Amino acid sequence: MTSDTKTKIRELLAEQGRLAVDVATLADGADLYAAGMTSHASVNLMLALEDGFDVEFPDSMLRRDAFESIDAIATAIDELRRTENRA
Amino acid sequence: MGPVAVGVDIVEVVEVEDSIRNHAERYLERVYTAREIADSRLADGSTDARRLAATFAAKEAALKALRATGAAIAPTDIEVTQRGSRLALRGAAASLAAARGIAGLQLSSSVTDDYAAAIVVAQIETAQ
Repeated sequence: MTSDTKTKIRELLAEQGRLAVDVATLADGADLYAAGMTSHASVNLMLALEDGFDVEFPDSMLRRDAFESIDAIATAIDELRRTENRA
Repeated sequence: MGPVAVGVDIVEVVEVEDSIRNHAERYLERVYTAREIADSRLADGSTDARRLAATFAAKEAALKALRATGAAIAPTDIEVTQRGSRLALRGAAASLAAARGIAGLQLSSSVTDDYAAAIVVAQIETAQ
């Protein structure tokens, strides 16, 4: 995964995450739910990630832990890109 | 009464209004079932964000009652019916409920202009 991916995730998180803290202060592995992201905000984040990375999250990836950190989201994006490139 | 599991959630109505404005039908169709969307339609064809917020809170409360943290469950696998008073599970949500030994789900919800809250109590048939 590239640092560009995480930079873009941070931008989208700042727009959609409704966090209680500045995204810049969060480590890549920080718990986003503990940082104030609501479950509803995670849906908006998912839709924004789909637009931003031109991917689609299948039902099989709609797990709470897939969106729990910047690291987890980057891993999910990489997995989606690999899957969609193979298709 | 046998063992139970409880889930609770609260949603800001403005969050739902923003989602409808920003993502429109894509947001509605990813999160809500066709029946839930139809039930939320107002006379002018727009959607009732207060009602959808209550529906979302009910879905999240149900996920918590199901202890679904690591499970992949689409929001549309949990449907709120009968004017917000009943829950129907399908797909992965129904499978997880069966695996957890859940015999039934009871829903109570409340909504104001600003917030919607829901609580779900799951009745567990067998100890897990």
